[in-house]
Amino acid sequence: MNIDWKNYKPILIPAIKDLHKIDVYEKNGGYKALKKVLSGKSKMTPEEVVNEVKDANIRGRGGAGFNAGLKWSFMPKPDGGPRYLACNGDESEPGTFKDRKIFEYNPHSFIEGAIIAAYAMQIQTIYVYIRGEYRDFIDMMDVAISDAYKKGYLGKDILKSGFSVDMYTHMGAGAYICGEESSLMNSLEGKRGYPRVKPPFPAQKGLWGRPTTINNIETLANVPLVINNGAKWFKGIGAETHPGPVLYGISGHVNRPGVYEYPTGMLLTDLINEVAGGVPGGKKVKAVVPGGSSTPPLRGDSLDGVRMDADSLREAGSMMGTAGICVVDETVDMVDFTWRISGFYHHESCGQCTPCRDGTGWLEKTLDKIRRGDGEMRDIDLLYEICTKMEGRTICALADAAAWPVRYALDRFREDFEARCKKTVYALA
Amino acid sequence: MSKEYTFDKDDLKKIEEIKSRYPEVTPAVMPVLWLAQDKFGHVEPAVQKLVADTLGLPQAHVQGVASFYTQYYKKEKGKFVLDVCTSFSCQICGGYEILDHLENKLGIKAGETTEDGMFSIQSVECLGACGYAPMLQVTNDKYVNNLTTEKVDSLIENLKQGKMPEFESIPMPQHETES
Ligand SMILES: Cc1cc2nc3c(=O)[nH]c(=O)nc-3n(C[C@H](O)[C@H](O)[C@H](O)COP(=O)(O)O)c2cc1C
Ligand code: SF4
Ligand code: FES
Repeated sequence: MNIDWKNYKPILIPAIKDLHKIDVYEKNGGYKALKKVLSGKSKMTPEEVVNEVKDANIRGRGGAGFNAGLKWSFMPKPDGGPRYLACNGDESEPGTFKDRKIFEYNPHSFIEGAIIAAYAMQIQTIYVYIRGEYRDFIDMMDVAISDAYKKGYLGKDILKSGFSVDMYTHMGAGAYICGEESSLMNSLEGKRGYPRVKPPFPAQKGLWGRPTTINNIETLANVPLVINNGAKWFKGIGAETHPGPVLYGISGHVNRPGVYEYPTGMLLTDLINEVAGGVPGGKKVKAVVPGGSSTPPLRGDSLDGVRMDADSLREAGSMMGTAGICVVDETVDMVDFTWRISGFYHHESCGQCTPCRDGTGWLEKTLDKIRRGDGEMRDIDLLYEICTKMEGRTICALADAAAWPVRYALDRFREDFEARCKKTVYALA
Repeated sequence: MSKEYTFDKDDLKKIEEIKSRYPEVTPAVMPVLWLAQDKFGHVEPAVQKLVADTLGLPQAHVQGVASFYTQYYKKEKGKFVLDVCTSFSCQICGGYEILDHLENKLGIKAGETTEDGMFSIQSVECLGACGYAPMLQVTNDKYVNNLTTEKVDSLIENLKQGKMPEFESIPMPQHETES
């Protein structure tokens, strides 16, 4: 695979001045996809929209990488009762800071995509859940939504098509777990953000017990691109099994951190060394977390040929996640780094499941003990054991997300952990 | 001694508008807690009671919600709450050094408030500004990015004079090289 990224021009967030303003967005082809779907000779049925999006294989940009159109197709047939679309702008996974670029620079691409999604699934109400810390971005979204209402893209009888949909922002209040889709629904319902046991899945029983679909902001922002240019065109961008443009958030030890838009399937080494300008001071890359804090860290000396798509990253022993790439240089001790990640999950565990509530605490405590120089070699085994007792045993995936970084840091950077542990010698009895 | 808290006519109008966005009343809890915190600076139990009474919900429910979410202040904090991110990207880019500097400068530890009630410091989880590390957020509002100790010093000076930082737009590097 060869990606001509040097000549790539952003399409998800194109470099157009004031694109966040609805007039500018319209002048640059904005809301054309919605018009195409809802009116004129090009009018599409909801099923046609679902199929086109399914065919395009937009893989969810919220972390799990599930085909968006396929997810839409799980919605049951309308029964006359309410149906909901919940847009996930919680963006709380450490290392992830990309949906905010859509809120700020191209909010209407997302709004247009969400309206098309609502039409495809015959949904009448859209909630946009945005983390409470993003107050400024929520204000920007409120302006964009109100402009879309004024232009008749939201509200009753949109473009005289007979289709009506409302859209509201909902402000979170500081809880990472609310990014998990069932927790997000409880939070939207005005409850504590506890994840729900699945099944039933949201398409069967979601918000207020009604059919609901949850999609990430960036996922939905891709929808107008697919409708305007077709699934075939979209599939031609980037990696074959994981196509499209992606917002890569690059942080940590690089010379030019930031959010970059490139096709999927980019070589990690190109992103780090070329796009983000390499590591300051010419230091070596020790570790890379490729897709947010829950994705297993890769060794800096094992990055050759690793591409940013689900298949390539799985092969390398990690995941695409949110494509939030954190680069760690050789001066960092992986014990400290892993301890801080564990601290995050301990703080954010909702506490419903014992393996997660207690496990995250034990991981943090044990790593802290090693960090302070009080650890023993057997604490490394203990950490593995805690991970095993957490993985796959809980209501939601937070427990797995907490265990993986520890397990793989131990596997891949064992020397750091051993160096901080006391070499205890036990006398044979 | 607990203070009396009330919503005025404008607040109640706003609350009606909030309620209209949802099919039932319970979902209004979070936005109304926000409205209350913006007005009173916190949502201590007496404020939670006001929210519960206004929405006709059990106080226990409102308390349960308020206590789940970290951004709701369940007791009064300093006039300016400085949330320093120490999650992993900020950690390796000097987040803890910024936190240390603030603690030394203000003479308090993370989780505490200065005696004059001006500043609280908190060490918080990722705020979604990882590429602009280290960073902090002022009282659930503006972000201050790419911090240095000098930048922290001038922020504190400005805040003492009541000057809040402004929203900082950080373009995508690809856009800067365009146009
Ligand atoms: C603990 C946890 C936290 C999550 N946080 C987010 C988040 O902040 N934003 C997001 O879009 N998805 C998040 N997800 C994934 C969502 O559950 C869900 O899969 C996603 O929003 C679906 O949208 P997509 O298919 O368009 O990606 C999280 C999942 C888990 C298990
Ligand atoms: S796995 Fe953790 S975060 Fe998820 S429901 Fe259980 S306790 Fe809560
Ligand atoms: S790690 Fe500090 S803002 Fe994300």
